[in-house]
Amino acid sequence: MSDAVHPNFWQPLKAPDENRGHALDLGPGQPLILDSGKQLSPFRIAYMTYGTLNAAKSNAVLVCHALSGDQFVASTHPVTGKPGWWSYAVGPGKALDTDRFFVICANVVGGCMGTTGPGEIDPATGEPYGLGFPIVTIRDMVRAQTMLIDALGIDQLLCVLGGSMGGMQVLQWAASYPERVYSAMPLATAARHSAQNIAFHEVGRQAIMADPDWRGGDYTLAGVRPAKGLAVARMAAHITYLSEAALQRKFGRELHDRDALSFGFDADFQIESYLRHQGMTFVDRFDANSYLYITRAMDYFDLAADYGGVLAEAFRGTKARFCLVSFTSDWLFPTSENKRIAHALNAAGANVSFVEIKSDRGHDAFLLDEPELFDTMRGFIGAAAAVKGVA
Amino acid sequence: MSRELLTAKPASKLRPDLAAIAEMIPPGARVLDIGCGDGSLLEYLVRAKGVDGRGLELIQQNVNQCVARGLSVVQGDADADLNEYPSGIFDIVILSQTIQATEKPSYVLRELLRIGKRVIVSFPNFGHWKVRLSLLINGRMPVTKTLGHSWHDTPNIHLCTITDFLTLAQETGAKIEKALTLDDGNQRTRVMHPNSWGPNIFAEGAIFLLAKQ
Repeated sequence: MSDAVHPNFWQPLKAPDENRGHALDLGPGQPLILDSGKQLSPFRIAYMTYGTLNAAKSNAVLVCHALSGDQFVASTHPVTGKPGWWSYAVGPGKALDTDRFFVICANVVGGCMGTTGPGEIDPATGEPYGLGFPIVTIRDMVRAQTMLIDALGIDQLLCVLGGSMGGMQVLQWAASYPERVYSAMPLATAARHSAQNIAFHEVGRQAIMADPDWRGGDYTLAGVRPAKGLAVARMAAHITYLSEAALQRKFGRELHDRDALSFGFDADFQIESYLRHQGMTFVDRFDANSYLYITRAMDYFDLAADYGGVLAEAFRGTKARFCLVSFTSDWLFPTSENKRIAHALNAAGANVSFVEIKSDRGHDAFLLDEPELFDTMRGFIGAAAAVKGVA
Repeated sequence: MSRELLTAKPASKLRPDLAAIAEMIPPGARVLDIGCGDGSLLEYLVRAKGVDGRGLELIQQNVNQCVARGLSVVQGDADADLNEYPSGIFDIVILSQTIQATEKPSYVLRELLRIGKRVIVSFPNFGHWKVRLSLLINGRMPVTKTLGHSWHDTPNIHLCTITDFLTLAQETGAKIEKALTLDDGNQRTRVMHPNSWGPNIFAEGAIFLLAKQ
């Protein structure tokens, strides 16, 4: 059976079970053809929607999530019980107003929240894919999303938006399917993953693979999980999402639950305890192999490479409206990388806006309560809706 | 926000020099406003004239305000960032009260003529009689209503007279299609004959519509 949309499908790593969203199952007739040349079939796309699709199907907005994100943009996370990762920005009356727009977010291919990924059962072997899962790319993620949009009967998205890896998907959407994207809002992103960013990802992957419980990727069969490795990967990555100024402001050299140094390797400092907590909570909701695959997809991303090395060529003739946003203290996806995209769009004669927002909260700023970001979103999406004639 | 977009502000609310510029722009044109500031002119053009409007603005805060108002604006510098635009991509490029603040006015004007089929430039006239008299009598750099900064903190690093600008326009191969004078602190515009000597003494500023020769 294909094209079936049904709720309540997958078992999370741990407990609760309300509002897990929808799933689209694509059968043998509709394989996902991957950049590697391999195919994924059958496969499943897990997604959430918010708001109502209008009769003309013209008010659909696709949100693309980042590396550690998922489809739970604006609703309680079924595993952690925490609010959706973009609850600040998405909801009734918010910057992305679900009273006006039909908001869709799908878990990426290779992910671990219901969309087919390395933790799912490989129909060929009857066992979890593990490292038998094919390498996926940002373009593969986007290709899978087009199949979902097709199944929902939507020809053109009013807006595709997302930050970080989500922004990469937005750029890929605009380049590969220009006629299906009315407006695009890539936030805190880059058109290629830099050497420094690949380096950080490699540290994370090596941490996972160095964990004896990783078992060459076959940990599920062995009934274990490389929790320590994944936690270290998350700790290292988390530092890159913050800024020196924010760390100093939040933690400084403050001690954690003690009055003096312990002269040992306990978490003496608050920052240590904070990072350990970040690592420990992450492993409850994320799969280690998924982390390997998704970081790899980001590393492989170089949009210009597909267009003779000239980024502007990726956007040649595009009619989409673009709005790029960067944050002053983001050193992972700095303003310069975002500006590079703006320059390429200008060179392609595209309709582009570029906003840099002052914040000391680093790369994470795009997920936080940043009123200037919300004003920008509201203005940009509102203008796109007005020009397109969406009520 | 989007609903506001559909209702245009009347031209009478626009500063008169901007209204005069707006009058030169045909509906639906593809327009780039360089140094678009808070986006007043651009917003009017988009809403009332249905232009495909873009802005380039140096000050990030202004850019953010423009985008929040639903305008398409990029942070950038006329001196550095015009080279990335393809040739002939805009019907009209506007440089309103900005050329005197650029580092390379000649380069900027050439670039404008490359990327736009037509170019509108407005600037304060340093040849105005009050400016001349002020320098003559006081022996100090003139500070007037249209040139309100003292010499050490002015953004206007390349002030010129109307005659100076006409020479530059000629050198860059621009043809003057329309010329207006600006008076009373940019509150009044009048058609000018570019070759007459009067405006260079009596006009506080000027607006030129240029095309490639």
